[in-house]
Amino acid sequence: MTGRQVYLDNSATTCPYPAVIRAVVEAMEEHYGNPSSLHKKGVEAGRLLSQAREAVATSLGVSPSEIVFTGGGTEAINLAIKGALPGRHGRHVVTTAVEHPAVLSALEQLKEQGVEVTVLPVDGQGVVDPQQLQEALREETYLVSVMYVNNEVGAVQPLEEISVVLAGFRKGGRKLLWHVDAVQAYGKMPVLPGELGVDLLSVSAHKVHGPKGVGALYVAPHTQLRPLVAGGGQEHGWRSGTENVPGIAGFGVAAAVIAREARGAQGKLFPLKKKLVEGILAAVPGVLLNGPPCHQNSSRCAPHIANLSFPGLRGEIVLHSLEERGIYVSTGSACASRKNPGSHVLKAMGVKGDLLEGAVRFSLSPKTTEEEIDYVVEQTAAVVQELYALYGVKKIGFRP
Amino acid sequence: MYNTYMIRYGEIGLKGKNRPAFERRLMDNINRALRKLGSSRVLRVYGRILVESEAESTRVLDILSKVFGIVGVSPALRLPLEEQAICDGALATIKDAAAHVLLPAGETLTFKVEARRSNKQFPRTSPELNGLIGGYLLDNFPGLQVDVHTPRIKVRVEIREKNAFVYADDISGVGGLPVGVSGKALLLLSGGIDSPVAGWMAMKRGIEIEAVHFYSFPFTGEKSLEKVRDLCRILTDYTSRVKIHIVHFTDIQKEIQKNCPEELRVTIMRRMMFRLAARIADRQGALALVTGESVGQVASQTLESMRVINHVIDIPVLRPLVGMDKLEIISRAQAIGTYQTSILPYEDCCTLFLPKHPATRPRLEQALEAEQTLDIESLLAGALERTVVEDIQQLLP
Repeated sequence: MTGRQVYLDNSATTCPYPAVIRAVVEAMEEHYGNPSSLHKKGVEAGRLLSQAREAVATSLGVSPSEIVFTGGGTEAINLAIKGALPGRHGRHVVTTAVEHPAVLSALEQLKEQGVEVTVLPVDGQGVVDPQQLQEALREETYLVSVMYVNNEVGAVQPLEEISVVLAGFRKGGRKLLWHVDAVQAYGKMPVLPGELGVDLLSVSAHKVHGPKGVGALYVAPHTQLRPLVAGGGQEHGWRSGTENVPGIAGFGVAAAVIAREARGAQGKLFPLKKKLVEGILAAVPGVLLNGPPCHQNSSRCAPHIANLSFPGLRGEIVLHSLEERGIYVSTGSACASRKNPGSHVLKAMGVKGDLLEGAVRFSLSPKTTEEEIDYVVEQTAAVVQELYALYGVKKIGFRP
Repeated sequence: MYNTYMIRYGEIGLKGKNRPAFERRLMDNINRALRKLGSSRVLRVYGRILVESEAESTRVLDILSKVFGIVGVSPALRLPLEEQAICDGALATIKDAAAHVLLPAGETLTFKVEARRSNKQFPRTSPELNGLIGGYLLDNFPGLQVDVHTPRIKVRVEIREKNAFVYADDISGVGGLPVGVSGKALLLLSGGIDSPVAGWMAMKRGIEIEAVHFYSFPFTGEKSLEKVRDLCRILTDYTSRVKIHIVHFTDIQKEIQKNCPEELRVTIMRRMMFRLAARIADRQGALALVTGESVGQVASQTLESMRVINHVIDIPVLRPLVGMDKLEIISRAQAIGTYQTSILPYEDCCTLFLPKHPATRPRLEQALEAEQTLDIESLLAGALERTVVEDIQQLLP
């Protein structure tokens, strides 16, 4: 053990920025008023909310009145999907096979209410085909939900093409809401719902060095939405309940960093990911990259998520071996690692057998350094070679 | 409503000269278990153990139901030596008892009063009290009928020196012997269903338990270790603390993997575990090992395997589950409260390294030969050196 720590599980959660922590503490210590209160304490707290709303709106290139704070990304997604009103004829939704469980499970609930759901397949790299989306659209389609960046393999969905498809569909005066789960893209790539013509877009604070338990839903003007949480009418009535002022204030600080740096983040992250992937692939024969290849010009490849399969080794064993050397990664997505077996994303991409069980995700953040990547490549190569040497070609860690 | 609990402890009553030590241990254990409740008192009076507590009866009874050595508990009312108070107490008691009786339709609820007056200063004799209280109950609880031979409810009244006690129910305890009276043993605790049950059964016979867990990081992770800690935490309900020795087992497993024939790896691994456990037991003053093995349950638990594995140590190995079927073990684990934790899907080191076809009938010579390549002493020393001891204590509010 060198005592060195490299955190490459940023798609699970991130380490909050010190300024975020200060903002949370300050909101709790000083500005503990209820934003709805009429006195000074309430006004101060309300000001924190507005500042944070402004920062989040700026980071997304939208207006503050279009931001609804929620209790996290999952809640934002649930509000978008379950809150979207079907209109008179709507009873059909289109999504993809690689969405986050928040989307897929919310849609399962809609199915129980008689909504039909078309789940689009993806190709071997986890990317959906806009042509297939076009074919799936029907008269009764009222909602389309496609993620921006896949959380497990970092596939970037072709949102521009989808935007064109949907614009064509709407031309005939047909109403349709488009939701984008941008939780993994936010802070790493430009996320501009206005330019894409997205109606609903969800983000989460703790994936971008903010606090846990806070997220936001962008709601385009004139969008009809039914709240999930009824009560005192906070957040334009879309999310009642006294606002989580400390969390939101912390989110605001993280969003301000994004507003300043997100355009640069991609350019900084991509070479690091490329170095990581190419380094490991070169050092350990047989390792495979799941998801789009990271050529310099690949627009389908997110700059911060690398999913690698180590054939014959179980992902958990690689994970713990790296942990022993101070490196934190995950198998599939953190939420799914308790469940058995294998990721629905990799399965949808056609990954099978020991490649499925041997998948490990490395996820970077703007705080990741080149030196850290060098260390991770070196250690991963060492760990995996050691495991292969110890066990030969025999598969270890598999249930007989 | 109850404020006193009369504890019965049949089995230890039989132990003649040991009795005072046993009672002291039982009282200590009850005291320790009741710490969760804040203020309560354990006393020895009139040749039995009484618990005084103002806490909610269901909580007190739940805690007492997990103290080994208690055969039965009667929740009672401790009352002043006044006729009216005693009558009212008897009425409250029979009402509470009646609420728990499942009466077949059409049948009348029968009862009798059994008074005992050891305090002869009290102006009423026992037969007088029976009549007096019985009459009071009949007058104030419609639908009751006296049946002196086979009553549904017996209301017992004891007239003692300073107080009267009234009680009706007798709730069975978990039985066994107070933990600690039988010395100490070391439990081999994996994360599975069996070993916590084995530990519980050993504790039931009065054995104090320390646990040893073989940890194979990075082949298993922190979550599997936390699961083992959680299992210990559940066991502290029965014994208030469990020390756990976490042995760094990885290097041994690697060496076995490198050097020993595949089909014998499980056998050798278990032999190494037994050697380590025996040394820790010796250091801790534990007189035996306890395992969750049951004959024939899996391939490595045949008698042949047990004999070859057991051969490396000379202290007794207790296998309390040997007479149980898997389903019995599962239902016991559910009753103890360990089952839900045991079935969490984190691997323990055994399942990870299982070869496809482990030898079910290993011979001793085979094992000895396979071990020739290992530097056993230095492996054991290395593992013991990297053993961490954690003290898992009962959570107090």
